[in-house]
Amino acid sequence: MKLLTDALEGLGSTLLLLARALSYTRTLPRQFGRFIEQCYLIGYTTLPIVAILSFFIGSVLALQSGFAGKDFGAKQFIGLLVGVSMSRELAPVMAAILLAGRVGSAIAAELASMKVYQEIDALVTMNIPPARILVLPRLAAVAVMMPVLTIVADLVGWFGGAIISKYTHFIAIEPESYFATMRQYMHFDSVLNGLIKAEIFGFVVVLVCCNVGLNTRGGPREIGAAVTRAVVVSLILILVLDFFVTRVLA
Amino acid sequence: MPASVSSTRNPFSDAATPAVGVTIDDLCKSFGTFEVLKHVSFHVPPGEIFVLMGPSGSGKSVLLKHIVGLELPTSGKVTVDGLDAADETTREKVRMALVFQAGALFNSLSVYDNLALYPREHQLADEAGIREKVMRALQILSLENAANKFPSELSGGMKKRVAIARALVMEPQLMLYDEPTSELDPVMSATIAEIIATLKEQYHVTSIVVSHDRDLALGIADRVGILMGGQLRFLGKPAELRTPQDSRVADFLNPQIDLQNPRFKQLETQA
Repeated sequence: MKLLTDALEGLGSTLLLLARALSYTRTLPRQFGRFIEQCYLIGYTTLPIVAILSFFIGSVLALQSGFAGKDFGAKQFIGLLVGVSMSRELAPVMAAILLAGRVGSAIAAELASMKVYQEIDALVTMNIPPARILVLPRLAAVAVMMPVLTIVADLVGWFGGAIISKYTHFIAIEPESYFATMRQYMHFDSVLNGLIKAEIFGFVVVLVCCNVGLNTRGGPREIGAAVTRAVVVSLILILVLDFFVTRVLA
Repeated sequence: MPASVSSTRNPFSDAATPAVGVTIDDLCKSFGTFEVLKHVSFHVPPGEIFVLMGPSGSGKSVLLKHIVGLELPTSGKVTVDGLDAADETTREKVRMALVFQAGALFNSLSVYDNLALYPREHQLADEAGIREKVMRALQILSLENAANKFPSELSGGMKKRVAIARALVMEPQLMLYDEPTSELDPVMSATIAEIIATLKEQYHVTSIVVSHDRDLALGIADRVGILMGGQLRFLGKPAELRTPQDSRVADFLNPQIDLQNPRFKQLETQA
């Protein structure tokens, strides 16, 4: 019962925070500096790890598909399989999981620390809404950077699959053939589908982590607990939402 | 502007700044089953320095948080300039500054940017005007050399002075101080007391000061309240503190060090 009331309370406060943050949208132009700073933190610093993991996920996908398909002549479809899997599912989900682990945890820690050390209270007494200067720039930045991260993950994953397909002896497909299959059978819908998912996941991760951080109470120990809670809730929501969003988009 | 409110020039702006009054009306606050404030009532007229004293844990800081709307009453009401302090819009209509006990400085910003945040966010001046306000506040608190430092590089006393400087830049109508002289040496404590008194004398800012510092209360307060166990046990002029009627208040103000029968041993016996 307590779990349910906590979940409903969390949902309510998160939606309220979203409404508050969006009500300050007109202040975004004069917060351009903060927006760019958040784009750097969310996008630029996350990009290398997204690229590295996407490369190996694309490679493993190609390897496993080649292994499974080599006995019944299906290996020419590896390009299609890697392309669709990466763009519709793995790139957005993996980018969101990395976002939760790398950026979400940092957001929760920073805001929880500000709350514990009364910086948030100081902002409130100065009539500077935390939703305006701490949440809105992050939401705007993630809305811009998540599609970028996802497209990079798509491209690097496809490229990883192509390299493995060429140099693995039991697959041995030339990149031209690999990408030709991808171009022939894959539709732009698959990429768009993944971008929509990524946008939703990124927005939810940042919002949840901001809300958990801003609602932290207690001492320094609570900062660690807030980070754990923010990341765990974000991961659960990514996977649960993944099912529902996929269902709706399908 | 209410008839009782007077105004004067603020040190940081050309605009007249009306001081505001604060009314605490039958305020009760509980955290779970623990009653922190029990039917507290008093009024602070505009321009007054009101010092609220009391032992640790008596609810002084919680009361301050009610005035700025950081805590909501369990029952009763707090009004600032006739407006409900629990209403978020009150902070938009009345400029209130709270100097937190630990400073509550923004650790990711330099001292200069800590002070400049309020005027920047509220678009009170252009960058040159903001610089002028900030440097003036830093000068008053003898902090010009700390402008480019970060809070982590400051001593406890400097943090407190920066917090006061940050509050000054807000051009407040109501200043609230939570233990402004704790952790400060006697000279700096006297300086802070002088600043609080100057704000009243020259700029007519209403000040509510939470403090344990008896010298501060006797030196600058127009009136003093003593909160004990969540109840207001004394309310009067500083001179009346010299001969308090309430024995608990007298013991709080003039504690005698009794090595023969120390208090902690009395507490052990009572337990």
